[in-house]
Amino acid sequence: MHILSMLMLALGAAATVTLALQASDGVMSFHAGLMALFFLAGIVLLHRRRSKWTGDEGYEDGIIRAGAIASTFWGVVGFLVGLVIALQLAFPVLNFDLPWTNFGRLRPLHTSAVIFAFGGNVLLMTSFHVVQRTCRARLAGGWAPWFVFWGYQLFIVMAATGYVLGVTQSKEYAEPEWYVDLWLTLVWVVYLLVFLGTLWKRREPHIYVANWFYLAFIVTVAMLHIINNLAVPVSWTGTQSYGLWAGVQDALTQWWYGHNAVGFFLTAGFLGIMYYYVPKRAERPIYSYRLSIVHFWSLIFLYIWAGPHHLHYTALPEWSQTLGMTFSIILWMPSWGGMVNGLMTLSGAWDKLRTDPVLRMMVVSLAFYGMSTFEGPLMAIKEVNALSHYTDWTIGHVHSGALGWVAFVSFGALYHIVPIMWARQRLYSMVLVNVHFWISTIGILLYITAMWVSGILQGLMWRAYDHLGFLEYSFVETVAAMHPFYVIRALGGLLFVIGSLVMTYNLWRTMRGDLRLEASPIPSAEPAPAMGAAS
Amino acid sequence: MTYQDVSAFAQTYGLLYLFLLFVGMVIYALWPGNRKRFDAAAKIPLQED
Repeated sequence: MHILSMLMLALGAAATVTLALQASDGVMSFHAGLMALFFLAGIVLLHRRRSKWTGDEGYEDGIIRAGAIASTFWGVVGFLVGLVIALQLAFPVLNFDLPWTNFGRLRPLHTSAVIFAFGGNVLLMTSFHVVQRTCRARLAGGWAPWFVFWGYQLFIVMAATGYVLGVTQSKEYAEPEWYVDLWLTLVWVVYLLVFLGTLWKRREPHIYVANWFYLAFIVTVAMLHIINNLAVPVSWTGTQSYGLWAGVQDALTQWWYGHNAVGFFLTAGFLGIMYYYVPKRAERPIYSYRLSIVHFWSLIFLYIWAGPHHLHYTALPEWSQTLGMTFSIILWMPSWGGMVNGLMTLSGAWDKLRTDPVLRMMVVSLAFYGMSTFEGPLMAIKEVNALSHYTDWTIGHVHSGALGWVAFVSFGALYHIVPIMWARQRLYSMVLVNVHFWISTIGILLYITAMWVSGILQGLMWRAYDHLGFLEYSFVETVAAMHPFYVIRALGGLLFVIGSLVMTYNLWRTMRGDLRLEASPIPSAEPAPAMGAAS
Repeated sequence: MTYQDVSAFAQTYGLLYLFLLFVGMVIYALWPGNRKRFDAAAKIPLQED
């Protein structure tokens, strides 16, 4: 087995070195070079760590530590790029008239960095943690989890550098070109096998519900990724390809992918986090295990149909638009069922909200989950969509889900995992968690309220007619009207970045083993001395 | 097999199949005999660190 792995890595290295030398464009030879480095580093690592990756004792925690570092790093990078493009929208001069720093190239860099690099690493890390703990089994596959981890980082680097250098297939949230897609497919299949292998050798008879959510996330993302990215490369040595889909089929496939990326990557996966870390942090079992089963299956059955709501009033057949709208509205029920299940887990332990800022972060993430899953179906209603579509309201909606729900529940998980994985008594500072919580919450509120106002303003201006039936405003007038809100949005983003830097500092000091001397957040039980007693 | 065949199948047997699957799942979740197993399962996260 060891020889075979070495042989495969050597073959990979040989193939990619050849490709780097034969490539028909510069980016391909750069990316093939990166892959060659990956394989060569793999050979060295496999040789040096062989003994570590053969045992079946204890848990594989090294990969969770690596995941915590990678998640934090990519989170800060992704938020920073987001701040840059928010500032570019407010002050276009910041595009610098250079192709590499243009909004069009940095925007996918931001979305991929936050969704796939930050979110993806959080999901890898937590799924590897949760599946080991709830199955009481070591990760399956020896070195395979490490291949998944480093292979995924390589995917991120190839995707990100590709965007900046102008390589894209122009599908939203699926911008990487064919060879990067193939690489991710390979990594993802190994991820699925590692996860299934660990479930297979579990010592716990029941598969805990969080694992069901993770499994649905892994399987569905594989299906979405493969089907949406079907393409024919122009040549085997070049970056360019042509997609297999065309016209309205392309649009529907894209939004079937795009919406289920929200549903299965940003929702199902992060619900897996919720179902493990909220009970863990509250030190109580989930409010209703039955509800969690109903939640899981109804979410799986319904989400997959909601994609067409991205294509209201387009060439897509009317009936499929209505179908997408209907399923989006029905989704209210499982979403709120899940939120209630998470929130009610705290019943009898609500006082912890006062004393544990990490749990508070998780609970606020659930509140944002409830809010954005209420707003989403509302915006999927055709009449509302007629106003909201193509406006900043959509961007505000996405960020209330992404910052409020996904990022906050991830921060909660990171704060919970790091002291355990580095065997520390507690976090370096609870006060700093509190600071992070408030700075980020205010940042999110500034962001989404600015986008509500800006979006509705924009929608109303677009549809305003004068008494002769002409459009009241030219397009550029609507752009000028949005400027103040773009500045407020950038300010909100800045606060969110600062919050993430506070977290990074706190986690770094925790990893180093430092403890900040802090008074307990629980007020002393002794009554305060009576006034005047001292005199 | 034409588009019409596929859609006719999806709108009848396909719908029925998925709906029955869903109903079966709800019955499984609410079945009184499963309560003990689910209560035990809910405690799984609290066992390890």
